[in-house]
Amino acid sequence: MSITEKTEREDLGAAGAQLSTAPVDTFAEAPALGLLGWLRWMWRQLTSMRVALILLFLLSLAAIPGSLIPQHSDQLKLEAFKAKHTTVSPIYEKVGLFHVYSSPWFAAIYILLFVSLAGCIVPRSWQFVGQLRSRPPRAPRNLTRLPAYSTWRTDASPEEVTEAARKALRGRRFRTSVTDTSVAGEKGYLREFGNLVFHVSLFGLLIAFALTSLEKAEGGKLVVEGDGFVNNLTQYDDFSGGTLYGADDLQPFGFDLDNFEQKYATSGPEKGTALKFQANIHYYSGTDGKPVKGKISINHPLSIGGEKVYLISHGYAPVVSIKDAKGNVVREIVPFLPTDTAMTSPGVIKATDTLGTDGKPDQLAFRGIFTPTVALNATRGWYSTFPTLQKPMLILNALHGDLGIDSGAQQNVYQLDDTHLKAFTNSDGSPFAKAMQIGDTMVLPNGAGSLTFEGVKTWASFSITHQAGNEGALISGVGAILGLAGSLFIQRRRIWVRAVRAEDGVTVVEMGGLGRSESARIADEIGDVALQLLPDAPVRPEDEADGEAPPPAADAGAENEPAAGTTAVNDDEGARA
Amino acid sequence: MNIAAAVNENFANNSNYLIRSAMFVYALAFLAHLAEWVFGGRSKIAVQSAALIEEAQAKEAEAEAAKQKAARQVTVKTAAGSTVTLERPAVVTRASASDRGIADGPGAAGGDEKGDRYGRIAVSFTVLAWLLHASGVAFRAASVQRAPWGNMYEFSTTFGAVAVGTYLLLLALKKDVRWIGLFLTTTVLLDLGLALSVLYTSSEQLVPALHSYWLWIHVSCAIISGAIFYLAAVGTMLFLFRDHYEVAVTAGKATDGRWGDIMRRLPSAASLDKFAYRMNALVFPLWTFTIIAGAIWAQAAWGRYWGWDPKETWAFITWVAYACYLHARATAGWKGRKAAYLALVAFGCFLFNYYGVNIFVSGKHSYAGV
Ligand code: HEM
Repeated sequence: MSITEKTEREDLGAAGAQLSTAPVDTFAEAPALGLLGWLRWMWRQLTSMRVALILLFLLSLAAIPGSLIPQHSDQLKLEAFKAKHTTVSPIYEKVGLFHVYSSPWFAAIYILLFVSLAGCIVPRSWQFVGQLRSRPPRAPRNLTRLPAYSTWRTDASPEEVTEAARKALRGRRFRTSVTDTSVAGEKGYLREFGNLVFHVSLFGLLIAFALTSLEKAEGGKLVVEGDGFVNNLTQYDDFSGGTLYGADDLQPFGFDLDNFEQKYATSGPEKGTALKFQANIHYYSGTDGKPVKGKISINHPLSIGGEKVYLISHGYAPVVSIKDAKGNVVREIVPFLPTDTAMTSPGVIKATDTLGTDGKPDQLAFRGIFTPTVALNATRGWYSTFPTLQKPMLILNALHGDLGIDSGAQQNVYQLDDTHLKAFTNSDGSPFAKAMQIGDTMVLPNGAGSLTFEGVKTWASFSITHQAGNEGALISGVGAILGLAGSLFIQRRRIWVRAVRAEDGVTVVEMGGLGRSESARIADEIGDVALQLLPDAPVRPEDEADGEAPPPAADAGAENEPAAGTTAVNDDEGARA
Repeated sequence: MNIAAAVNENFANNSNYLIRSAMFVYALAFLAHLAEWVFGGRSKIAVQSAALIEEAQAKEAEAEAAKQKAARQVTVKTAAGSTVTLERPAVVTRASASDRGIADGPGAAGGDEKGDRYGRIAVSFTVLAWLLHASGVAFRAASVQRAPWGNMYEFSTTFGAVAVGTYLLLLALKKDVRWIGLFLTTTVLLDLGLALSVLYTSSEQLVPALHSYWLWIHVSCAIISGAIFYLAAVGTMLFLFRDHYEVAVTAGKATDGRWGDIMRRLPSAASLDKFAYRMNALVFPLWTFTIIAGAIWAQAAWGRYWGWDPKETWAFITWVAYACYLHARATAGWKGRKAAYLALVAFGCFLFNYYGVNIFVSGKHSYAGV
C-alpha cells in the first residue's frame, strides 16, 4: 500500500477496511518469542501473499525444464538423448530432470504452495462468513473523501430520506444497515465468494490429479485385421498400472478388428493427406457377451466396461509363407512399423522352427521394407510415395543362424539381434536381397528354403486405458472458471447515504461510494441512486435559484464508531497483522 | 470432386490476394499513424512537460471547486404547472490514490489539427485493412472447409485479425485507444509478413487428429486470449515507459527531448496500467477455459487429460505467470512496475508457446505444422 493510500484508508476508518479478505502483508520483524514465536512467524510468512507469489513464480520456472528435456514418458526420445549427451545425462538423472513432474523438488514447490493456499483460504473463509453476518460498516465522518461523492439540500425530513435511501439500495440488492439517519449499503460479496471458490477448486484439481495418477492403467496392443484382443494382462504388448489399479482389476471385455478403413486425398494440393482413419470392430463385454459392431477413430474412443480404447496408429502387415530346407512351411503375418506418412515401413520377419539343409535347427530371419506404393531413388533407396496399396512391394534381405530367442533376454519383435546371424549372400559376395510384388517368391541360395509374399493385411494399434478422477477434475475446472469470473468481473462496493438537518433546518443529503478497486462505475451508480432518491427528497428549488452555496453540513458525521460486527472482523485482521 | 477442388483452390488464392491487400492497406494506416505522431510532435500547442504538473494541480483544484459547487449543480427544472424534470445530480469523483493525479496525454496528434486528421485517416485505413484481412481469413476457411486455424500460418493470420478487431471494437465503444494504433499496425504487418513468408502452408486438409469440434472451441479461445493478452502487453510496455517519464517529470527533471515529446502524448501511467489490467483480467478466465477445453480434447483424443506435453506445459506456465501477475497487483510492494514486468514475462511465455514450442520442441502437438 502506498503511503497516500494508507492514510486515505485510515481517514475512512472502518468504512474503508475489509472490502476483501485478502491478507494484509506485514514485513514482520523477527519474532520475539522462542520456538512457538518462530513457528508462528514462519506460518505467517508462508501464508502471506508475497510468499504465495514467489511460490507461484517458482512453480512456473520449475515446469520449464520438463518441456525442454525428454521425459520418462517418452522412452524412445529419452534413450536417444542419453546416448547423445553422455556427460550431462547422469547429472540430469540424479536431480530428476528426466521426470520433472514427479520429482521431489517439483512436488516441494506445489505442496508448499497448496499449504500456503490452505493457510490462506481457511481464515479468509471465516472472515468472509463474519462479513456476511455483520452489517456493512457505518459511513465515515467525511464522505467528501470518498472516490465518488454527491450532495444536495432538500425539504424532506432526514428520516424520510433515510427510508427512501434504504429502499433504493435494497431495490438494487445492496445489503443495508441504518444507523440514525444514515444508511450503509454494500454489494458484490460474490466477488469474494468467487475468489474463494476459485482457490478451493484448485484443491479439487490437485486431488483429482492425485487420484488419476494413483488409479490409472494404460496398456498398448497391436491387432492385425481379422485378429482380436481380450483384456487380460498376457495379451498386452505393454502395460503400466497405477498404485490402486493393477492387472487384477482389468475388466473383462474384448474386441476383434474386422478391418481398418483409411481414406486419403488423391488429388489437389493436399494429395496424400489423411482424411479418415477408422477401425471397424466387433466388441463384447463380460466373459461371454454377444459381439456388437463398433468403430474407433482418432477423436472417438470406444468405451467398454469403464475402460476406454483409443486408436493410436496403424500400418501394414505383409503375409508371408516360409519354407525351410526340409520343406516345412509356416505362414506368418508380420506387422511392419511405418516411419512416414506415405507408410514406408521397415520390419523384420523371424522363423524360429526351421531346419537347415543338414536337418539341424537353423533359424531364418528377414529384414527389409514394405512400401504400399513403391518408388526407388538413389539416395533414399526404396520408399513409398502414397499410403494406400497402389504398388505394394516387399523388399527383404535374408539371414540365418541363431535369433537369440532362447538366451532369455527380452526380445524386441521389431528388431533383429545380429550377433549370431549370418546374411545370405549372392555368388559375388553381395548381400542376398529381393524386391517382391504380391505372389512373388524369394528362393534362398543353396536350397536353404524360400519365402513367398502372399498378401498384405492392415493392422491398428490401440491404447486401452483406465482413468479415475476425470469427473473431479472437470467439476473443479468448471468451478475454477466460474469462481474466477466472479472474482474478476464483480465489483465489491459500498454506498453511504446520510441525511442531516443543517442549522437552517434544511436537510442536507450526502452520498458517497467506495469500490474495491479503481472503477468509474461507482460514480455512475451513485448518480443512479441519487436520481432514484429525488422524488422522495427533491432538491430545494431556491437553492438552484439563488445559486449560493448551501451552509456546510456542520457536524454531519456522527461519531465514527465502527459497527459491532465489523469491530470483531477487524480484530481478526489485527491478529493476522 | 475435381470441381470442388478447383473452387477450393480458387478460394485459397483469393484469400492470399486479400491478405496481401490487407497488408498494403495496413502499411498505409501505419504511415498515416506515423504522420499523426510527427505532426502531433510539431504541434504549436505542445505543452512543455513541466506543465503537466501544473496541469495536474489545476485539475485537483478544479475538482475541489467542483465539490464545493456540487450542491448547487443539482438542477430541478420546474416547468409551468407542477411537472418536475429531474436531472442527475452531479457526482464528484476523486482520482484514486495510486494515480499521481497526472492527466492523460492529449494523444498522438497532440491536439494538432493536421495530426488529428491523419489519425482519423489511419483509423479508416485500419478499418478497411481489417475488412480485407477478415475476408481473407474467411476465404481461407471456405477453401479448407474447416476452422481457419489448423497450422501456424492460419493461426497467425487469424490472430492478427482478432487483435485488430478487438482494437476497432474498443474504438467503436468510444474507448480512447487510438494511441495503440501505431504499435498495432506495426506488429500486424510483422505478423502477416512472417506468416506469408516463413509460415506459409498451402491450403491443406487436417490430419485426422484435428478432426474435432474441440478444434473450434479450444483454438479459437487460444487465439482470442492471445490477441487480447497482446493488446495488454503493448499497454504494459507503454506503461513502463510512461511511468519512467512521469517519475522524471515529478522529480523536476528535464524531459523535453523527442522521447519526452512522445511520452507526453501517451495516456497517463495510471490509465495505461488500468487498460493493461482490464485486458488481462478480462481474458484470464478465457485462457483458463482454453486450457481446460484442451484438456477435455486431450482426454477424448489421447486418453489422458493432462500429459505434460510441451504445449500443455507451456500453456500451464503461461497461466501460472498470469496468476502471478494478478496476485502481484493485489500484493503490497508488488503493484505497478513489478507487476508490469510479470505481465510481460507472462506474455513472453505465451509467445514462446505459440512460436517456440512449435519450432524448437517436438511433442504431440507438433503436427500443427510449422
Ligand atoms: C495455487 C496457486 C494459486 C493460484 C493459481 C492463484 C490464483 C489467483 C488468481 C488468478 C487470482 C486473481 C483474482 C483477482 O485478482 O481477484 C487470485 C487472487 C487471490 N489469491 Fe490466489 N492463487 C493461488 C494461491 C494463493 C495463495 C497461496 C494465497 C494466499 C496467500 C492466495 C490468495 C489470494 C487472494 C487474497 C486473492 C485476492 C486478491 C484480491 O483481492 O484481489 N492465492 N489468486
